[in-house]
Amino acid sequence: MISAEIHNDTSALAEFEPASLDHDVLEVAMGPHHPSTHGVFRMDLVLDGETVVKLKPVFGYLHRNHEKIAEQNGYLAAIPYTDRLDYICSMTNNWAYVLTVEKLAGITVPERAEYIRVIVGELTRLFNHVCLAGFLLQDMGALGTPLMYAFREREKILDLFEALSGSRMMCNYLRFGGCRCDFPEGWIARAGEVVSNFSAFLDEFEALLTDNEILQARAQGVGVLPAALAINAGVTGPSLRASGVDYDLRKVDKYGIYARFEFRVPLGKNGDVFDRYMVRILEARESLKILEAALAAIPEGPILDPKTKLRGLRPKAGEAYGRIEAPKGELGFYLISDGGPKPYRFRVRPPSLINLTILEDLCLGHTVADVVVILGSIDIVLGEVDR
Amino acid sequence: MQTLEQIKARLEAGVPGAQIQIVPNAGPANQPSLLIDAGHALPAARLLRDDAEYRFDYASNVTGVDWPAKVTKEKIKIKRVVAGLEKEVEETVEKNSPAYLEAVYHLYSMARKEGPLVLRLRTENRADKVTLPSLTPIWRSCEFQEREVFDLFGIVFEGHPDLRRILMWDGFVDHPMRKDYVAPTQEVAA
Repeated sequence: MISAEIHNDTSALAEFEPASLDHDVLEVAMGPHHPSTHGVFRMDLVLDGETVVKLKPVFGYLHRNHEKIAEQNGYLAAIPYTDRLDYICSMTNNWAYVLTVEKLAGITVPERAEYIRVIVGELTRLFNHVCLAGFLLQDMGALGTPLMYAFREREKILDLFEALSGSRMMCNYLRFGGCRCDFPEGWIARAGEVVSNFSAFLDEFEALLTDNEILQARAQGVGVLPAALAINAGVTGPSLRASGVDYDLRKVDKYGIYARFEFRVPLGKNGDVFDRYMVRILEARESLKILEAALAAIPEGPILDPKTKLRGLRPKAGEAYGRIEAPKGELGFYLISDGGPKPYRFRVRPPSLINLTILEDLCLGHTVADVVVILGSIDIVLGEVDR
Repeated sequence: MQTLEQIKARLEAGVPGAQIQIVPNAGPANQPSLLIDAGHALPAARLLRDDAEYRFDYASNVTGVDWPAKVTKEKIKIKRVVAGLEKEVEETVEKNSPAYLEAVYHLYSMARKEGPLVLRLRTENRADKVTLPSLTPIWRSCEFQEREVFDLFGIVFEGHPDLRRILMWDGFVDHPMRKDYVAPTQEVAA
């Protein structure tokens, strides 16, 4: 149907007639098993030569109805499931969920637990952003090296997470009212070491990449996202800020204890792939500042409000929407309680899915090779897109 | 941000004929919402986005909620004449709450850094009258989310540019997020 529409418009084809070259549009299903889609994701492309004239994303390959599962279990049982939304950033997924339950049930969080959340949350942001840069370069053809550099650093943070929670990626660590367990001995010193060495790694990474001619040629002016469109389409996170919109929930909502930390919100100017890359590197540097301050200032004390009822929590009837600045954008949860032990309605607002709204707008007129780069710069995880 | 009462008054003045109710939220989160009749939702949403005092330029979250018919029993004390004497008698009254599907929108203002404003739209029932106006022409962020609500809850959004299933496959017939949905595996077990 798509190609028929384009065929009917013969005016564009008229100039090709004399040479009688076969001028045809081509429909290509890119994915679901394409290395550049970072998971099982498909884009149906209509191509004129190498140029994209239409793009439709196709979702659902990883759909398991996370929301329905959560509505059939208690509030506590949903926490390990949230690990598997954006499976790179389990800590921030936990955080968004427990924050919403705390809003719904009016639970307070002890001081030390708030610091722990900031520390694990910012560590997550750190490795998410450098991994994204690694993947992006991989998509551009720099096979292996940048990604492996990023993974090497990520592994150091995952070691910290493993020591803390028992699991590298599926941490299942935060609880409403605080966290599951305190730091093991020597953890803060180890984390401090990782954080203080990270800045040197970013310098090395940037020396290798930011000034690289190939990266600049492939990224500058490609996939430009105007600020007005970004806002209207609900794009959040680094992709929004790369278009110059100053909207970071850590500053706007000041959830947790973010009001106590000094950090800047890096903004882009052009909204192209390069700005989206650069904003993430700069954000990682700001995260280091927060981490240094939090590791130095963390107080002693309980990590869980002893009055919190973890098992069999029955919040009063009502509803709450809570959101945090996850590494990929605004991760929100919407819960309705009918007074029972299970949420009546459990909804995840997935930044990865909503950030894809503008994928077609960004890709039109670019080549297939650019589609790969543009998709990589939006930063999606299919576990969260499909839920 | 203005109070919900003020926003309600402004909407009623700006969109003649709109029927707006405030839905209270008893929980500690204190996020009450505005219930707008489906017929006037589109102009009301446009006003909320464009009015310089609101500038709700960002529709963050769109979702559905299923409310099947529920029979609630309530005990009411009634004065009644029993054997010539007036007595207070307790009686159980059955209340039928209507069944409907609900679309919930969480709006924020990036320009004014305010929010959330919660909008609710309700369908007439859960069976044949499940149409609501699409707010995608106002906020494009609703595009995929309304498709998801259509897919999982079965609300039909009128005026949506591309209303297809998004997570389930095209041949699928039911709406899995409805409360009365029975999964194939559950059928076998029963």
